[in-house]
Amino acid sequence: MKIDSRETLNTLGKTWKEGFAKETARILVCAGTGCVANGSLQVYEALKEEVQRRNAYVTVEMLLEEEQSGTTVVKSGCHGFCEMGPLVRLEPGGILYIKVTKEDAAEIVTALLEGKGPVERLLYKHPITGEIYAEESNIPFYKHQTRTVLQHCGVIDPEDIREYIAEGGYQALAKVLHEMTPAEVCQEVTDSGLRGRGGGGFPTGRKWEATRISEGEKKYVVCNGDEGDPGAFMDRSVMEGDPHKVLEGMAIAGYAVGADEGYIYVRAEYPLAVQRLKIAIKQALEMGLLGENILGTGFNFRIKIKEGAGAFVCGEETALLASIEGERGMPRPKPPFPAQSGLWGKPTLINNVETFANVPKVINDGAEVFRQSGTPKSPGTKTFALTGQVANTGLIEVPMGITLREIVYEIGGGLRNGKRFKAVQIGGPSGGCLTEQHMDMELDFDSLLSVGAMIGSGGLVVTNEDTCMVEFARYFMNFTQNESCGKCVPCREGTKRMLEMLQRAVDGEGRPEDVEILEDLAEAVKDGSLCGLGKTAPNPVLSMLKYFKDEYIAHVVDKRCPAGVCKALLGYSIDAELCKGCSKCSRVCPVGAITGEIKKPYRIDSEKCIKCGACVSSCPFKAIKEG
Amino acid sequence: MMTVTANSVFIDNQPVELDGEINLLSLVRKVGVELPTFCYHSELSIYGACRMCVVEIEGRGIVAACSTPPAPGMRILTNSPRVQRVRRTVLELLLANHERECTTCEKNGNCKLQDLANRFGVRKIRFGERDMKLPIDDSSASIVRDPNKCILCGDCVRMCSEVQGIGILNFANRGSKVQVTPAFNKKMAEVECVNCGQCSAVCPTGALVVKSQVAQAWKALADPNKIVVAQVAPAVRVALGEEFGMEAGQIVTGKVVGALKRLGFNKVFDTCIAADLTIMEETTELIERLEKGEEGPLFTSCCPAWVKYAEHNGSNLLKNLSTCRSPQQMFGSLVKRYWAKELGKEPKDIYVVSIMPCTAKKFEATRPEFSVDGVPDVDLVLTTQELSQMIRESGLDFAAIDPDSFDMPFGFTTGAGVIFGASGGVAEAALRAAYEIVTGEVLEQVNFESIRGFDGLKEATVNLKGKEVKVAVVHGLGNAKELLKKLNSGEAQYDFVEVMACPGGCISGAGQPQAVDMATKKARARGIYHADKLSQLRKSQDNPVVAKFYEKWLQRPNSHEAHETLHTSYSTRARITGEDIELLNSDREHKVDLAVCLGTCCYMKGSYDTLQEFIRQAERNGIKEQVNLHATFCLEGCEDSPSVRVNDQIYGGITAERVETFIREKVLPELERNKE
Repeated sequence: MKIDSRETLNTLGKTWKEGFAKETARILVCAGTGCVANGSLQVYEALKEEVQRRNAYVTVEMLLEEEQSGTTVVKSGCHGFCEMGPLVRLEPGGILYIKVTKEDAAEIVTALLEGKGPVERLLYKHPITGEIYAEESNIPFYKHQTRTVLQHCGVIDPEDIREYIAEGGYQALAKVLHEMTPAEVCQEVTDSGLRGRGGGGFPTGRKWEATRISEGEKKYVVCNGDEGDPGAFMDRSVMEGDPHKVLEGMAIAGYAVGADEGYIYVRAEYPLAVQRLKIAIKQALEMGLLGENILGTGFNFRIKIKEGAGAFVCGEETALLASIEGERGMPRPKPPFPAQSGLWGKPTLINNVETFANVPKVINDGAEVFRQSGTPKSPGTKTFALTGQVANTGLIEVPMGITLREIVYEIGGGLRNGKRFKAVQIGGPSGGCLTEQHMDMELDFDSLLSVGAMIGSGGLVVTNEDTCMVEFARYFMNFTQNESCGKCVPCREGTKRMLEMLQRAVDGEGRPEDVEILEDLAEAVKDGSLCGLGKTAPNPVLSMLKYFKDEYIAHVVDKRCPAGVCKALLGYSIDAELCKGCSKCSRVCPVGAITGEIKKPYRIDSEKCIKCGACVSSCPFKAIKEG
Repeated sequence: MMTVTANSVFIDNQPVELDGEINLLSLVRKVGVELPTFCYHSELSIYGACRMCVVEIEGRGIVAACSTPPAPGMRILTNSPRVQRVRRTVLELLLANHERECTTCEKNGNCKLQDLANRFGVRKIRFGERDMKLPIDDSSASIVRDPNKCILCGDCVRMCSEVQGIGILNFANRGSKVQVTPAFNKKMAEVECVNCGQCSAVCPTGALVVKSQVAQAWKALADPNKIVVAQVAPAVRVALGEEFGMEAGQIVTGKVVGALKRLGFNKVFDTCIAADLTIMEETTELIERLEKGEEGPLFTSCCPAWVKYAEHNGSNLLKNLSTCRSPQQMFGSLVKRYWAKELGKEPKDIYVVSIMPCTAKKFEATRPEFSVDGVPDVDLVLTTQELSQMIRESGLDFAAIDPDSFDMPFGFTTGAGVIFGASGGVAEAALRAAYEIVTGEVLEQVNFESIRGFDGLKEATVNLKGKEVKVAVVHGLGNAKELLKKLNSGEAQYDFVEVMACPGGCISGAGQPQAVDMATKKARARGIYHADKLSQLRKSQDNPVVAKFYEKWLQRPNSHEAHETLHTSYSTRARITGEDIELLNSDREHKVDLAVCLGTCCYMKGSYDTLQEFIRQAERNGIKEQVNLHATFCLEGCEDSPSVRVNDQIYGGITAERVETFIREKVLPELERNKE
């Protein structure tokens, strides 16, 4: 079926919305990567079978084409609450079941069809308060979020374009094609204050306008879906859960800048996202929402998918463009900026997935409305991947300007096991730490930069008192060193040497002079590197040195790891009070470092000790202490 | 004090007027501040990787001057504490990871890294030593690659791909493991390297150096049983002086001859006479082609890098490549074949040393077709730089050496032979000859200005008895590649094409004193044409000694004798070298050898399926135990691929569908025959 005009789009949207409204109930099984890995597809099959067995099953086709009602069972995108998966959502009511197995299918369907109310054992129970929540939106993890980019994720079937259209999808595209000039579209985006969600926070409208006014017959729109930060999966969830929103955003951009071709660069490690995008592109082409003469306006736009091979640096825009061209993914100096000379030397607009996903909202609601959420300089919302030592982890979307306290304690549910908060690493390997002193700071692009961190890709890793910040910085430095493309000297060689020093510190071989050298080197790498990867690579180190310098000095000067993490710095000692002199420890010690007389406290010779820990587990009286 | 206008920028607080500079680097250098660089070369693309040319712009921070265009009002600091920190850190980091065996390095004293470390007074390195030792690749006849000294500036990578259009070097791996290497870590000798050495000419360190053969030269000179003769290429005489503080382009022919004699060479000859001979042969070849109306242009074959390039890339253009050996090899051939005899010596008693501006000549001399009974026509090739090394080593004061003249008979040359040293020279010399031979008239105006100089593609049209002969001259293999594309598409048509692999021709050869700046190259070219102008005779056909050679030894151009002595043949190198992959191995007495080609053409036409079908069908026919099956690379049956070899016979067009019949018709009978 071809949608050849705005009227058809409106009529069909209305028809489909009414059609979907005929369903008596809908069971949405999360088919995001996390839930699929936990067996959600089997859950889906079991639920479908169960509903069919009770003759209550209808397909979407039956709903839309026949006068029929019943219960649908569909696959949705990611809800973000991945650690609780597989997730199943019931409509109406928005009930959320967590950790569902296929054995639960019968019970779920029975309760649903017989109107018995939710199955309580499958509902979310707060790990600290013990309170039980039936509706997804009431769960504290969700209650404090503002889901606009993620609004459809977990709620619609991402593999059915009709659901997106029924929800008002492609209306923004229709609006720009019929009511706005390209310049007006760029102006609207500029007015909205939308800033690039890929990390840098560059004003999106300015990029669009620069590409629009750049001269050239051929231009490109490129979507950066190369989300490479360890632990970040916001873009993946959007591409998997609401792919059409990204396509619509790109098509609008294509119209605004004068491009007829777009590329989505997705890492090959996201097979599901690739698959969903492929389905979405195919459906949009079939419906005429991509391709030639879109909605009868004469606007042409096609989108291709380019799978990346998993280099972190390909998230950097110029390296990404090189990679699409089939070259080694290495950044190019800017200027020229992609807006002037990008893909194959043509003017190119490149934005991140989440940025494009914000565009339909900007157009539909207008810049004014968009600016109402977030902060004046960073309007709108931002998605984050919340991980680490908090009670609730997962994908979240919050308005810019939210405080760290709200994220950690309200959405995240506080720290696990009553541990003390230490810091949050924000922005992955390019970001920095936020500590107790930043708890009430409003988070946005600028406030974060001012304290030496950045939104980066949007990873939030919460650490507690048991985390060694030196080891933490070493971990990220190891990542950036391995992922440096090796083009410019400061990044390639500088990260190697910073890693060397951090490694020395955690290995107990740190040198006092390293403190000064590390700081000096980090500043030089930050100043001197060619691209964003290198310029931000020292951030974890600098931020560690800024907020946890004592800990580093403890490592390199006192040869001590205050968090008790770095094995090489651990010492073992026998508490003379507790030791009964049973000799067990001295018998298990592989190097004969423990000596003593029976029935008298034993001693460990720290020179001989290889810190294997065998004595600790052998002691029946818990008399051997680490640290 | 300069006035400040709307078009001013401030460099270290001094106002400077913008004048269309493309980047801050040229602007800052213009005001007399020498910003250091490793990866910036005006003829290569801007790379921005070494971060040595950083400057601080107020309000913007640190930027690389090479990749930042100036804008009015900019306030630029070239030596601020932040700038100093980045530069010093970069140097220290590079040195830390560099194999610092400076005193024994080929580049000692001529190394940019050493130079800048010295200039910035780096005396202490705060970081650890290099932690890996990668193998040195000395497989190439011309170039030695030591990755342990590489600073990854990418100059060689861009030179090879952007200027030469080849791209055998590129980056591999990530992080601190990044290396510049040929594909799959192959050796230089195993890839499509043409030995032009331009990579080494731009390498700032000792990571890519010309293979030194000075020791062999000393050894030969010390051997009382050898008559050691030198031949000196034209481009050497306008560049060697630079090594001894003279100006580029200064003609030092007499001193070169004098120096070589002082070093102990028994005879010193001029390659230019072989160049005159080349013109006689090549022009005759050209005229014959024109008369026969053969398709496509005749390509020159003087440049060994170009010849190898053609062998790698154009099996269809090899038939258009002149069969003339290069002047170096013609010379070697004459000396060993005839001159030795005149002296009453065996070829092995004469030791021919070429003094060349070129690294590819080293490879050319080792080509098997240029040896007779194991005795090479040219025994050793030294570059201009290697000769300067020998002169220095011997303690000779080059400036004070008395000029001497070349020995006879290979000492008399014309200006036409000398201009071989610059791009366009071979074509010009050929035109000087062709005109007179074809028309029988005397050519008064011998200068063909349109094919001189440094433009990428130069053209001339000459009317030869009513036929408009179109000549093209290209230099730099990237330009040659472009021209070939146009010739293939029919967009361009020529009768005669001169190709020199190095930009500017032999004067810019990688064996010359290292100079990548245009001014030096231009000065050398001026020297070449000046030498031509000073020549008594300016046309190869006027060379009386050459005429004598024909009379005495060679009969006439393109005679059978001349062909034997002065010409050669080519074969394609479009194959992957390396071992076959064994798939089935038979230890039976009666067996058949089968090989399926997986080279590019065959693979594209489905030879992989053919291979799998062979395994299946061998099983089905119960002959799996009797077959040695190999996957191989290029059986050179590219036109009728997929190719299969059965014992020694090659068959074409064996697609997977044809395998069943093929086994029945060819393989089974072959097995039967073996049993008999």
